[in-house]
Parts: sequence; C-alpha cells; structure tokens
Amino acid sequence: MAKIQLNGKKISIKSNSSILDLLKKYKLNNKKIAIEHNGTIIQKINYNKKILKNDDKLEVVHFIGGG
Amino acid sequence: MVVRLNNKYLKIAGKKLKSRLIVGTGKYKNFLETAKAVKASAADMVTVAVRRINITDKKKPILTDYLNPKKIIYLPNTAGCFSSEEALRTLRLAREMGGWKLVKLEVLGDKKNLYPNMIETIKSTKTLVKEGFKVMVYCTDDPLLARQLEDLGASAIMPLASPIGSGLGLQNKINLSMIIKQSKVPVIVDAGIGTASDATIAMEMGCDGVLINSAIANAKRPVLMAKAFKDAVISGRNAYLAERMRKKYSASASSPLKGMI
Repeated sequence: MAKIQLNGKKISIKSNSSILDLLKKYKLNNKKIAIEHNGTIIQKINYNKKILKNDDKLEVVHFIGGG
Repeated sequence: MVVRLNNKYLKIAGKKLKSRLIVGTGKYKNFLETAKAVKASAADMVTVAVRRINITDKKKPILTDYLNPKKIIYLPNTAGCFSSEEALRTLRLAREMGGWKLVKLEVLGDKKNLYPNMIETIKSTKTLVKEGFKVMVYCTDDPLLARQLEDLGASAIMPLASPIGSGLGLQNKINLSMIIKQSKVPVIVDAGIGTASDATIAMEMGCDGVLINSAIANAKRPVLMAKAFKDAVISGRNAYLAERMRKKYSASASSPLKGMI
C-alpha cells in the first residue's frame, strides 16, 4: 500500500500503482484532465510510467465554468 | 479616428472569431442554462476556469458535457489567482489538458475590488510569451501599462470597464479610448459591463470585442440577456464602422423648409 494525497485528500492505493492505474480506479477520462505530480505537470503519455509513492501529492484538474 | 475596417472577423492570435462577443461560463444556475445562454449569445469563444476534479462524485455533470470544446473555443482563464506563480501553474495545466496555447491571464491584487495586480500581470505575461503561449491579458485601464503589455507580446489587451461582477458599466471612457487608439492588437473590454447598452457603447468607441459573464448570468432571464448582448455588440460595431454624425450645440431641422405651406 502507498498513502498519497489526491486533490488534497489522503487516500491509500496499491503499491506500484501508476497514475494510469489511479485514473482507471476512479474512472477518470484522461483526455479531459491535467495532472500535477509533486508540483510537476505529467504529460499524458507518461501516465502509465509514473509510479506513485508514499506521500506523493497529486492534483487532477479539469475545466469548469468561469468568467 | 482610425476605423478598423476589417469587420468580418475578430482576429486574435491568428484565430478568426465571427462574433465579437466572448462570454464567461461562470455563475449560471446549471450547465443547461450555461449552454442555452452561450448558444443565444452566438459567441465563438467562452472563458473557463481550471479547478480540481471532484473525485468522489463523478456522476455530477461536467462543463464539457454541455459545451463541446471542439465546437466552441475554450479560453482558459486564471480567475482567482493572486500571484504570478499561481497563474502560470494554472495555464500550464490548461495547456496540458488540451493543447491550448491561447489563454486569458488574470492576476488579481485585492479580494474586495478584484483589481488586477499589474506588477504580477506583467511578470506573468513575459514568462507566458516566452513559453509560447498566446496571452489575452486582463488589465487596468492605464494606457502606459496597456502599451507595455502589447510590447511584451500580449495577443489582446483586456482592460476593465469597472470592477469584475459589479455591473457598473463603462466608468473610464477616456482611458479606454486612449488604449483603443494606441493598440495594434485587439482591445476587448472585460469586466464591469452591466447591460446590453454598455456593450454597444464600448463597441461604438472602437473596441474590438467585449467579454461578458455576470451581466448575462445574473440577469433574471440569462438566455434572453445573452441574445440582447449578441445584438448589442453587432449594433455597436456597425455604428462604429458607420462613423456617427458630429455632435453640435445647435439644432438642425430634418425636414426641408422649401415647399412649406
């Protein structure tokens, strides 16, 4: 298990999970989002390569209504 | 007066917009109302914000379900950012999301009046231009700062008419007209417009476009107000191109005196 922070919330995930695994777990469409991993933007092509470790901070954002 | 005769399109960073009205997508009752208002406005471009996704409630509808980014241009905005770092972070994420290079920069300086922090805005513009972004910049109505933004490579200058969401209309016509006269990039009045006639006046003054959110979303009937703004912007633009009559301080009869009985 690894404990990470996802959008400010603490969650537990299986060890050796990649960002892509996490997106699948939460059923998120990777075309409509952008991800920051410990302050660095991760390109979509690297979602399956990036393995999440304890205390990692992940921000998953999308577009919402705004002025 | 230099009349910008290219009336067919509003061209921003190579993008051709048929409508000179850009609308925001915030503050609506729900996404259906947003979509209806956007349709009624006939805008080609809408502003959007970048926020954390709701992980726990994925059944909630999202904006892209109602406004297809392939059919309407999404203009990512940094609304709510109070520093250059926050704004840059937001726009870099926006670019990653869908390859958007055309963005709206807005760095605020005060929570109460939401006035732009121009020091941070200028700093951010420099960095974004260097990184290949096409930046439309929300700014104060200071002609010197507007020129500086243009010199730094801003794709459009977006001065406020009055504070964001205030509906106070054009409180700074002299400054706005100075900015319009000097700018070679599009000038789009952003923030403060309260009703359709404000937009007409801005367009009559020679603005290249207007950006409206609260005035439509906070109207009692937003969809009808969206249509009012569509017509208002077209009217104002046509009046500007037609070049209005000169003001005189004496009357001039409209009917000929010859042949009077």
